[in-house]
Amino acid sequence: MTVALDKTAPLAGARRLSRRMVVAAILVVWLVLFAVFRGRQTLTLAAADLTGLHRWFNDVNDTIGANRNTNPLFLYFFNEIRLVIDNLVGFVQHLISQPTGARPVPQIGWLGVVGLAGYVSWAVANWRVALLAVAGFAFFGLQGLWQESMDTLSLTVSAVLVALLFALPLGVWAGLSDRFNRIVTPLLDFMQTMPTFVYLAPLTLFFLIGPASATIATLIYAAPPAIRITAHAIRSVPESTVEAADSLGATRRQTLLKVLLPMSRRTVVMGVNQTIMAALAMVTIAALIDAPGLGKTVVQALQSLDVGTAFNAGLAIVVMAIVLDRVTTAASGREEAARRSGSRFLTWRRPLLAVGAVGTAILVYLSHTYVWAAEFPGDGGTGSSIASAADTATTWAQDHLSGITNTARDIITNGLLNPFQSLLTDSPWWLVGAALVALGAVLGGRFAAVTAAVCVGLLVGTGVWSDSMTTLASTVVATVLVMVLGVVFGVWMGRSVLVDRVLRPTLDAAQVMPPFVYLVPFLALFGATRFTAIVAAVVYAAPVAMKIIADGVRAVPETTVEAATSAGCNTWQIITKVQLPMSRSALTLATNQGLIYVLSMVVVGGLVGAGALGYDVVAGFSQGELYGKGLAAGLAIVLLGVMFDRITQAAARRTGA
Amino acid sequence: MTPTQTEVPQRHGTPQDPDTTPVISVRRLWKVFGPKADRVPESAELCGLSRRELMERTGCTAAVRDVDFEVSPGEVFVVMGLSGSGKSTLVRCLTRLIEPTAGEVVFEGQDIRDADDRHLRELRRRKFSMVFQHFGLLPHRRVVDNVAFGLEIRGMGRAERTRRAQEVVELVGLAGYENSYPDQLSGGMQQRVGLARALAGDPDVLFFDEPFSALDPLIRRDMQNEVIRLHHEVGKTMVFITHDLSEALKLGDRILIMRDGRTVQCGRGDELVGAPADDYVREFVKDVPRGDVLTLRWIMRPAEPDDALDGPELGPDVVVREATRAVLAADRPVKVVENGKLLGIVGDEEILAVVAGQEGGA
Repeated sequence: MTVALDKTAPLAGARRLSRRMVVAAILVVWLVLFAVFRGRQTLTLAAADLTGLHRWFNDVNDTIGANRNTNPLFLYFFNEIRLVIDNLVGFVQHLISQPTGARPVPQIGWLGVVGLAGYVSWAVANWRVALLAVAGFAFFGLQGLWQESMDTLSLTVSAVLVALLFALPLGVWAGLSDRFNRIVTPLLDFMQTMPTFVYLAPLTLFFLIGPASATIATLIYAAPPAIRITAHAIRSVPESTVEAADSLGATRRQTLLKVLLPMSRRTVVMGVNQTIMAALAMVTIAALIDAPGLGKTVVQALQSLDVGTAFNAGLAIVVMAIVLDRVTTAASGREEAARRSGSRFLTWRRPLLAVGAVGTAILVYLSHTYVWAAEFPGDGGTGSSIASAADTATTWAQDHLSGITNTARDIITNGLLNPFQSLLTDSPWWLVGAALVALGAVLGGRFAAVTAAVCVGLLVGTGVWSDSMTTLASTVVATVLVMVLGVVFGVWMGRSVLVDRVLRPTLDAAQVMPPFVYLVPFLALFGATRFTAIVAAVVYAAPVAMKIIADGVRAVPETTVEAATSAGCNTWQIITKVQLPMSRSALTLATNQGLIYVLSMVVVGGLVGAGALGYDVVAGFSQGELYGKGLAAGLAIVLLGVMFDRITQAAARRTGA
Repeated sequence: MTPTQTEVPQRHGTPQDPDTTPVISVRRLWKVFGPKADRVPESAELCGLSRRELMERTGCTAAVRDVDFEVSPGEVFVVMGLSGSGKSTLVRCLTRLIEPTAGEVVFEGQDIRDADDRHLRELRRRKFSMVFQHFGLLPHRRVVDNVAFGLEIRGMGRAERTRRAQEVVELVGLAGYENSYPDQLSGGMQQRVGLARALAGDPDVLFFDEPFSALDPLIRRDMQNEVIRLHHEVGKTMVFITHDLSEALKLGDRILIMRDGRTVQCGRGDELVGAPADDYVREFVKDVPRGDVLTLRWIMRPAEPDDALDGPELGPDVVVREATRAVLAADRPVKVVENGKLLGIVGDEEILAVVAGQEGGA
């Protein structure tokens, strides 16, 4: 045993060392060749220029547009789906947000909706979150964003309903069948690595721009967590319990209905929570394809750099996210709490629920009948004060903090971003491609190298190579910053239970927010630049990295740390020689997740001056002749995502092994 | 390693009658895990291999190899072995929770390997039930609903099954805890729920898969006594899996010792201690207090001409520990008599050899 160890230890050390040297060598060769070939074959494409592929996409779009009502595939399939979804969304909208026919107000006015929100929250969870829900919903009205909020809620609710309709049965199936699980898992993995953004473009091709596309994009984005978590819940029911049911002669159906489903209910509700949060995030981004609601207010305000309005609407999104998250989280824990509180509560629960239902029905009736209960009173004065306060704060920040913020921006931009970006964009495409493939091979192995090669080839094919490289540069710079933050805070959290307990709820809350709202405060601080997008991306992606690293550090066995301490290590040595090396696979996983999160945010940052791929996609939605280019840019984002994901995953497997 | 099946008259007090047909007969039972497992029991060559050789040759693991035994009505039959010996797999093969690879499991004259799904389910609902090491309770149901679960699955109405469950809950000593949830109970009480669930369906045979291994020693002893009490009260046939020899000796009318999937020895406790089939069993029973297990039959010697034959009489199945006082008190050797026939005599020396822990018996 010792002999074997002695033999392999220096060997492994040598291999790791040499891998590091190979990476350095690749970078050196790249720099040298960059100096020689700088500015040649960079595949730059001006903003209005198109390639053959883009024109072809445009033609496809035109052809589909022309034949939308004649082609049987559309007539009987896509259009039908759009119709059903449109009707569903329309129905919910008429119920709570949009006027119907002769009625100048929706069927249920604000009082009814607030009552319903409170009642449902109380019924599925507890009275505390019910109060939160009532307060949150009333706040939308005070902000003067009642209708926008209800539009967002309508779309979210419709998308979640449809998503769950498919996701829960699929999840149960994946939980029961190993084969189906094997098929569906990589698919879900793939879907989850995609930035929210990229679902939008291809869907508009089939379902036009509007609420239907937005809802479909949302449900596609929101379904995977529910499928995955449901399957996981079914699979984690202890085998001994299932065996006990078998031994009592339960049929498969009985086992499913009486054992598996009840035992996984709590986890499944967590899946529903994830789905709702994903749906909300997506619905706000779907404003780019004309989805109504708060997202639209934010997008319009961002485009006119109206920080006050954007902040007000962003705040409404945050409040909605908090309400939905708290209610569903509390719902998953309710049964447990109810059971503990004893049976007295249970006997009173039914009559109380009935009374509540009657009260809610009265509120709904009032809001249906009387104008004062239908239209939110007041003129949204709170909203304007919030907006003007945000504007004042912005002006103050720009006047007083510009020294600091500009310095920070310039240091990062000139010191890190610009050189790196020019290395990527000014190198000949084949040089960058070769470097990526080589790095993939060294870090991730042969398979990652092949993936990288294919992705590079396809990226060139999309015709937006140069923009892709700009996005790549921002993504990498942001990821580096994310990892710095992640390691510092992750190690701190991993080592101190206290810090973990203080920080974790904040991080959880931060992860729940739709990525969109992160742009607003940084727009106020840094103006419309690439840097704004990068900072927003760092803030968006850092929580997940911190949590993964903290968990990795925490997972290092206590005894190992104890052994190191007893050997006389100081704190720094314990961190650098024990805890970080032993959580290496957590670090790689954090890098993977950080990259994916950053990528999705950098792309959204196209709205606030980050340019590149994000801008191409947004422009594609608004300008017909750029549609094809937008679609190609969306494809490029997917390719970047796949490349990042494959290389980092392969690297994670290597370090884990 | 030929299995030794010692035919000895039954211990008095066991509700066992050699004339009745066995409840369960297991014949040449095999369970092989791995690719193309079927070929292993069929090939004489593969059968002869050791576990490791079989693994190397075929990639298969033989968990149960060619096991035979019969369980009589009302008997507590214990299968004992260390972890990995195949005992848990064996008990699961009996109700086909794990599908056997070859052999017969005859219950009520029918090989349950031939039963279709519906019939098998019917058997599990009415004839068999099982108690598991990790309880396998449903955390979202109250105790009484856990106990009634098997009845619910049969389709019994709510009122009736709740009434029946309540009876069983009281039988296992959990009265007052009907409305608790499993996670509010201690491990021992949870296993009582598991026991009650198994008893609720009034099965013919109870299977126990190491039911008390996860419990503290004191609670384990309580639960063992509970099983003995229940056995006296309801008189069910029981098949009991354990890795604990003292548990096996305490509960078992007969004990089957398994090693690497094979039967090493099958017999009563005193037979295992008095006549171990091989070194493996001998090593196993080494630390057993022999006086508690061996009967006079195992230590008596033939009467010799100069022995005084007017001492007190005792039966051959009296345990040594119980006979000690009588033998030592008498000034003449004790006669071991069965049905009026003198089998042998036991004097102070024989008793002391056992009680003082010297090597005795076979």
